[in-house]
Amino acid sequence: MSTLLDVKDLRTRFKIPEGTVHAVNGVSFHLDLGETLAVVGESGCGKSVTMLSVLRLIAIPPGEIASGSADFKGVNLFKLSDVEMEKVRGKQISMVFQEPMTSLNPVLTVGRQITESLQVHMGMDKKQAYHRAIELLEMVGIADPKNRLGDYPHQFSGGMRQRVMIAIALACDPDLLIADEPTTALDVTIQAQIVELVIRLREKVGMSMIWITHDLGVVAGLADRVVVMYAGYIVEEADVFELYSNPRHPYTLALLEALPRSDRRREQTRLKSIPGAPPNLLVEPRGCPFAPRCTLAGQDCWEANPVLSPIAPGHQVACWREEAR
Amino acid sequence: MDTNMATSAPQQSNSLDELLAPPLTLSQLFWRRFRRHKMALFGVVTMILLFLYSIFGAFIFTESYANYNDTSIRLQPPSAEHPFGTDTIGRDILARTVYGGQISLLIGITAAFIETFLGVLIGALAGYYGGVLDSILMRLTETMLCVPQLFLLIVMAKFFGGKIPSIDFLGRTFSGSVIVIIGIIGITSWMYVARITRAEFLSLKENEFVLAARAIGTPRSQIIFKHILPNSIAPIIVSATLAVAGAITTEAYISFLGLGVQPPTATWGNMLEGAYNYIETAPWLWIFPGILIVLTVLSINFLGDGLRDALDPRSRAA
Amino acid sequence: MGRYVVRRLLQAIPLLFIISLVLFVLMQNMGDPLATLGGRTPTRPGDRERLKRQLGLDKPVIVQYVYWLIGNDWTKVDLDGDGIAETPGRRKGVLRGDFGTSLVSRKPVLEVIGERLPNTLLLMITCEIVILAGALVIGIYSALRQYSFIDNAVTTVSFIGFSMPIFFVALLSMYIFAVNFKKWGLPYLPTVGMFDPAVGKTPAQVIWHMILPVFSLSFIYFAAYSRYIRGSMLEAMSQDYIRTAKSKGLPRWMIIYLHAFKNASLPIVTVVGLDLPGLLAGAIVTERIFAWPGMGRLFLDHVSRSDTAVVMGILMMISVAVVVFQLLTDIVYAALDPRIRYT
Repeated sequence: MSTLLDVKDLRTRFKIPEGTVHAVNGVSFHLDLGETLAVVGESGCGKSVTMLSVLRLIAIPPGEIASGSADFKGVNLFKLSDVEMEKVRGKQISMVFQEPMTSLNPVLTVGRQITESLQVHMGMDKKQAYHRAIELLEMVGIADPKNRLGDYPHQFSGGMRQRVMIAIALACDPDLLIADEPTTALDVTIQAQIVELVIRLREKVGMSMIWITHDLGVVAGLADRVVVMYAGYIVEEADVFELYSNPRHPYTLALLEALPRSDRRREQTRLKSIPGAPPNLLVEPRGCPFAPRCTLAGQDCWEANPVLSPIAPGHQVACWREEAR
Repeated sequence: MDTNMATSAPQQSNSLDELLAPPLTLSQLFWRRFRRHKMALFGVVTMILLFLYSIFGAFIFTESYANYNDTSIRLQPPSAEHPFGTDTIGRDILARTVYGGQISLLIGITAAFIETFLGVLIGALAGYYGGVLDSILMRLTETMLCVPQLFLLIVMAKFFGGKIPSIDFLGRTFSGSVIVIIGIIGITSWMYVARITRAEFLSLKENEFVLAARAIGTPRSQIIFKHILPNSIAPIIVSATLAVAGAITTEAYISFLGLGVQPPTATWGNMLEGAYNYIETAPWLWIFPGILIVLTVLSINFLGDGLRDALDPRSRAA
Repeated sequence: MGRYVVRRLLQAIPLLFIISLVLFVLMQNMGDPLATLGGRTPTRPGDRERLKRQLGLDKPVIVQYVYWLIGNDWTKVDLDGDGIAETPGRRKGVLRGDFGTSLVSRKPVLEVIGERLPNTLLLMITCEIVILAGALVIGIYSALRQYSFIDNAVTTVSFIGFSMPIFFVALLSMYIFAVNFKKWGLPYLPTVGMFDPAVGKTPAQVIWHMILPVFSLSFIYFAAYSRYIRGSMLEAMSQDYIRTAKSKGLPRWMIIYLHAFKNASLPIVTVVGLDLPGLLAGAIVTERIFAWPGMGRLFLDHVSRSDTAVVMGILMMISVAVVVFQLLTDIVYAALDPRIRYT
C-alpha cells in the first residue's frame, strides 16, 4: 500500500482585525494510491481550508500555514518554491470546486480553459490540445463536444459546468483529484449524475480522490475511508463500512442521527438536529471543541482536548468518553 | 439552548458567550466602518471647518469690504493687512474667499439638491413604470448625456445671463446669475442620479416584498415612496453627496470662463478668471481660491467614499 | 457579434435625430443673431426684415429645423417680402454636409470648424492615449502591490488629483513648469499657443507646446482611472475563477493578464466611453488657458456673438462624436464580454 499524500499536523490560521481565526488545528491524515477519502463536517469546520492549504491556495495575508507538512509522493509540498508548486497543481493534483456558476472564467471559452492546462503542463500544441479537449468533454458526458468547445460558461447549465470543471481537472491525468463539495450547489438529480460520472471515471482512470462534503449520503456510495472534522480538528477516522456500522464520536453519531431516513419514519416525528451552533474560531477552545453541544460531555471534556486514538484497526476517535468505555 | 449545558459546566458560561459572538446591528456596523474610514473623518472635519470659515468669516469682514476695490493697492502680495493679497482691482482676497465660499457652497448644495430631486423623480418613474415611459425618459437621459454639460451650460448661461434680477436673502444680495447657475447646473446634471435610481428601482421592483405589498393592495405611490425608495436610498445618498462636489466644480468651471456668477459677487471660480494672465506676477490670485476648491471637493469625495462603504449593507466585512 | 453591431447602430441613429432636434430648439431661444451680426446692427427696419427672411428666421421652428436638416434648395424662399416665394434656396442641409454659414465671418460653418477641429482632435487623442496607457500601468501595479508604498502614494495623489478642477491643474503646472523652471534656469515649457511663430509649425514645436495642455487635461482622468482600474483588478483577482486558474497551476502572468485583466477591463471600457463628454468639456477650459487654437475656443467666441450656425454645428459634431465613440466602446465591450453578445 503506497501512500500518495501524507499530511502531518497541519495548522492554518487567518489573521483578521478581530483576532486570529484558527481554521485548521493540527490535522493529520493520509491517502493511499487508488483510495477515495471522504472528508465530512459542517460548514466552517475547516475541511476546505485543509485541502486549500495542501495545494497552497490560501491567500497568504491574511492566511498562513503555521506548521505542518504535506508529503505528496514523498515530497513536502510546503517546501517547494512557487514555480515548482505551479507544476504540481493541475498536473499532479487537481481540484474541483463547489460553485460551478462562478468557478469558470466568464469571458474565456470553455475550450480555452481546458486547452490552456494542456498547453502549459503537457506541452501540447494548439491542435493536439484541441483534440484532447474534445475527448475530455466526451468523457464527461457533454453532447456535441466539438461545437461546445467554442461556447462560453454562461451557455452551460450548472450541472454541465461542473462536468466541464471535472474535464479540466482530469485534463493532465493527475494522480490526485480533490473535490470540494462539487455537488452541494446542484440539485439532487444532477448530483446523482455527477457522482455516477465520477465513479465511472475513477474506475476508468484509476485515480485517487479526496471528496469533501457535508452530505453523508454521498459518502456512503463513494468513499473507501472517511475522516470527520469539527472546528478544525479531526474527531474520527475510519473505513467507510466501519463508520456507518460503528460510529463512535458523539458528533459522528449526531450527524448520522440527523440524516432523514425513510425506514425510520414511523418512530420519528421530528428531524433530529444538533443543538447549538458551530464554535467561534477566533477563540482557541481549552477543552474539546464539541463539548458545548455534546450530550455526553463530562468535566474532563471541558478541560482538555482529546487526542485521536485508535480504538480498532483503521478506526481512530478523539473523545474522552470513548476512553472511558 | 439546552438547560443541561449550563448545569454541567457552570464555570464555562463566560466562554460560552465568547464562543457565540452576538451579531452587530446595522447601525453599529455602520459606525464601526465609518470610523475606521479615516479619510471620511478627515472629509467631515474639513467640511465643517470650511463651513465655519465661510459663515464666521462673514462676521469678521463685511460684504462691502469684500467688494471694496481700490486700484491703488491692486495686485499686492500677501501681507499682514491682506493675508491673501489683493486682486486685479485691489480687493482683499481673504475676504473674497469667505464670501466666495458662501456662494460656492450654496450653489453646490442647492444645485445638488435640485439635480438629486429631478434625478430621483425621473429615475423612479422610469424604473417603476417601465414600458413606454421608461423608453421616453431614457432617450431623454441619453440625449442629455451625449452633449457635454459645459457646452450646454455656456449656451444657457449666455441666454439667461442678465435676465434674472438680484435677490436679497439672509442679509446678502445675490446677483441673479447665482440663481441662474444653480438652475442650469441642476437641470443639466440629473442624469447620473436618474440612472442609478432607475437601476435600483428596476431591481427592487421584482423583489418579493414589493410583490407582497402589491398583493395586499398597497397603492402605487406608497409602494414607491415607502417601500422601494427607502431601500434604494444608499446609492442615492452617495450620489447626492458627490453631486455637491460636482456642482461646485462645474460652477467653478463656468465662472472661470466668465459666464457664471458675475462680479462683484465673488465665487471661488470667478476669482480664478483671468488669473492665468498673471501667472508670473501674482500667483496668490489663484492659489488660495484654488486650494479651497480642491479641499472642498477632496473632502466631499472622501465623505462620499466613506458613506458608500458604510452604507453598503451587503458587505459585512468590518 | 455582427447582429449586435447592427442593432447598436440602429439605436444610435434615432438618438442623433433627437439630439439634433433638442439642440435646435434650444438654439432658437439662445439669443438674437440679428443683433450681433458681425458687429453691425441693421438699423433700418426694412434691412432687419430682409435679413430675417434671408436667414429663414421668419419661418416656424419646425420648418427651420427641416431646412437646417435637409436644406432648402428644393423649395423657394421669399426674399423680397411680398408673400410670394420666388427665389430658390441655396442650402443643402446638414445631411448633405452643409451646416450653413457663419453669421460672423460669412464663411461656411464647416470651413470655420474645420480650421480648428484637427487641433482639438490632436489634443484629445493624445490625452486618451496618455490616460489609458498611464492608468493601466499604475492601476495594475497598484492592484498587484496592494498597500505597498507606491500604492499608498498613488492612492493619495489620485484622490487629490481627481478633486482638482482642470484649470487648477493647468495653473499649477504652468506655475511650476513654466514660470518657476524659467526662474531656475531650467528648460521651461511654453504656455501659449500651438507653436512659436518665430520657429514655425514643426512637429517638434507642436509636441513641445502640447506637453502642458495634455498634462493638465489628462491628469484628472489619469488619477481617477488608475484608482478605478486598481479596484477593478482587485475585484477580478478575488473571484472564484482565479482560484480555479491558480489550482490549474497556470503561470502567474497568465492568471493576471489573461484571466483577471480581461474581466477587469470591462468596466473601464464603459467608463472611457462615458467620459468623453467630460474630456471635451475639459478641452474648452484647457484651450482657453493655453491659447490652444481649437474648437473649444471657437465655441466660446461664437457663443458670445450669438452665431447660431457655428454653435449648432459644433454642438452637433460633438454630439455625433460622443454617440459614435460610445458606440465604439460598446462594440469593444461586446468583443471582450461574450455574455453581452447573446442577450
